[in-house]
Amino acid sequence: MQLEQMYQEIILDHYRSPHGSGLKDPFDAESQQINPTCGDEITLRVKLDDAGEKVLDVSHETLGCSISQASASVLTDLVVGQTVDEAMRILAAFQEMAQGRGKVEPDEDVLGDAIAFAGVAKYPARVKCALLGWMAFKDAVVRVQDGKGATA
Amino acid sequence: MTAVQAPAGAGLTRLDPAALRPDFAILSRTVRNGRPLVYLDSGATSQRPRQVLDAEREFLEQHNAAVHRGAHLLAEEATDAYESARSRIAAFVGAEPDELVFVKNATEGINLVAYAMSNSSVRTGLGAESERFALGPGDEIVVTELEHHANLVPWQELCRRTGATLRWYEVTDSGRIDLDSLELSERTKVVAFAHQSNVLGSVAPVAELVRRARAVGALVVLDACQSVPHMPVDLRALDVDFAVFSGHKMLGPSGVGVLYGRTELLEAMPPFLTGGSMIELVRMEGSTYAPPPQRFEAGVPMTSQAVGLGAAVDYLSAIGMDALHAHELELAQVALDGLRALPGVRIIGPETLESRGGTVAFVVDGVHAHDVGQVLDDRGIAVRVGHHCAWPLHRRFGVAATVRASFHCYNTVDEVAQLAEGVRAAQEFFGVAGAGTGD
Repeated sequence: MQLEQMYQEIILDHYRSPHGSGLKDPFDAESQQINPTCGDEITLRVKLDDAGEKVLDVSHETLGCSISQASASVLTDLVVGQTVDEAMRILAAFQEMAQGRGKVEPDEDVLGDAIAFAGVAKYPARVKCALLGWMAFKDAVVRVQDGKGATA
Repeated sequence: MTAVQAPAGAGLTRLDPAALRPDFAILSRTVRNGRPLVYLDSGATSQRPRQVLDAEREFLEQHNAAVHRGAHLLAEEATDAYESARSRIAAFVGAEPDELVFVKNATEGINLVAYAMSNSSVRTGLGAESERFALGPGDEIVVTELEHHANLVPWQELCRRTGATLRWYEVTDSGRIDLDSLELSERTKVVAFAHQSNVLGSVAPVAELVRRARAVGALVVLDACQSVPHMPVDLRALDVDFAVFSGHKMLGPSGVGVLYGRTELLEAMPPFLTGGSMIELVRMEGSTYAPPPQRFEAGVPMTSQAVGLGAAVDYLSAIGMDALHAHELELAQVALDGLRALPGVRIIGPETLESRGGTVAFVVDGVHAHDVGQVLDDRGIAVRVGHHCAWPLHRRFGVAATVRASFHCYNTVDEVAQLAEGVRAAQEFFGVAGAGTGD
């Protein structure tokens, strides 16, 4: 059965008890992202340090499938405590894997638990689900850097 | 022009999908894990029988030319094939050939009407007869909350351009248009609604909505995308002013659809797209336009697609639309029974077969529609998941997404029975099986 390739146990674990779930204060910027093909949406908040160089906290509210919820949960684990540069490097690696149609060999040292999403890359229709939270994170960080914290 | 071979079992009052399936080559392929394809997504697009594919190929190999131009033999044959298709499709929906405009799909058909009204509303130099299509501030366009985006967004845009106001009938808990939720007024100029909901399968009370629209002098636009492919439809008898449907949902090709308009309306309506073919006389200072339907078919039109759609209605006629509708309702009953037997599964839309088509939408407690669809896909079952281009309707029911199963002549009772088994498997996979019953 191919199903287990996509829904690896680690993904199902994150789905059942997502990390970072529930919007928290204080935050520097918030981003709302919608997947227009299915109507799923995520609201994600980011708190950086005063220098704007380190990710202090990420919280989110995700209305979506198991893949989008688990992905936002893994994102939280991976980027909180990292520098913004490092977080963006992880994001780029995740995006490359997710959009790689299963042909990109993921680097576990960079992606950690997120390599579990390599199976999702084989299902093009679900790639957007996996990326929803990451796009919200990227947008929120850019908003902090641009000095506009609120959702557009 | 092309003799379409009658499908096996044609003319029988009861439809036998097993006899039709050999006409649809795609149904014999396997999908994930080598499983046979169970295609339950005909509401999105239907599969095409070889009779349709053969008609397109025969046209292209023997008769292809630009229609309504040129005087050579191929041009004559191509024009005859194109106009023959128009006549047969018109007869199929109870209309006259000149009342049918070929468009690329139903979406374009609705936009054509909306833009023609928009052009009328500018009120600069068009004939007096176009005045009846003009809209302005204070006028109203009425739709319903269950519309496909294709029968909503073009009207929102028309309102934005003209200053008219969009109003809508709400939807009841059982998925019906709530006729008590809105009163039309003398300012209502258009009432546009789906004949059958593309999500819920509920069939609109067309006669009552037409009566109300007529009482205030409003034009009626019927989105027949989910009715014409699945049940007998006589547009004249329904007494609507405009109707649209798409070829690819009725065993025909993509890239061709139909706008129906009553003759006197098409004759009075200004064009949307302009250019070649749709003119009467062209001078540098200005032009006059051909009578309908040519007025609305600017440029070289799709041709093999129209011929293919002609073959599709021949195929559907041979099956018999009454038999097809009865067959789809039988499948809907199997789907409804199988899904309702599962705790934690909720049907969105009518739970009985009254005023209903075959489409069945549902949600599964604790499992997102995407995830249900993924488990079904793993078993070879193709369904649609998401909001099915009816986002406001989903919002109305408080859900982000539903799973939708939809059928056509080739689906069997056994296939539909696999749907509920697959949903049960999804519940087990995500650990919510038996929720609410304690079993």
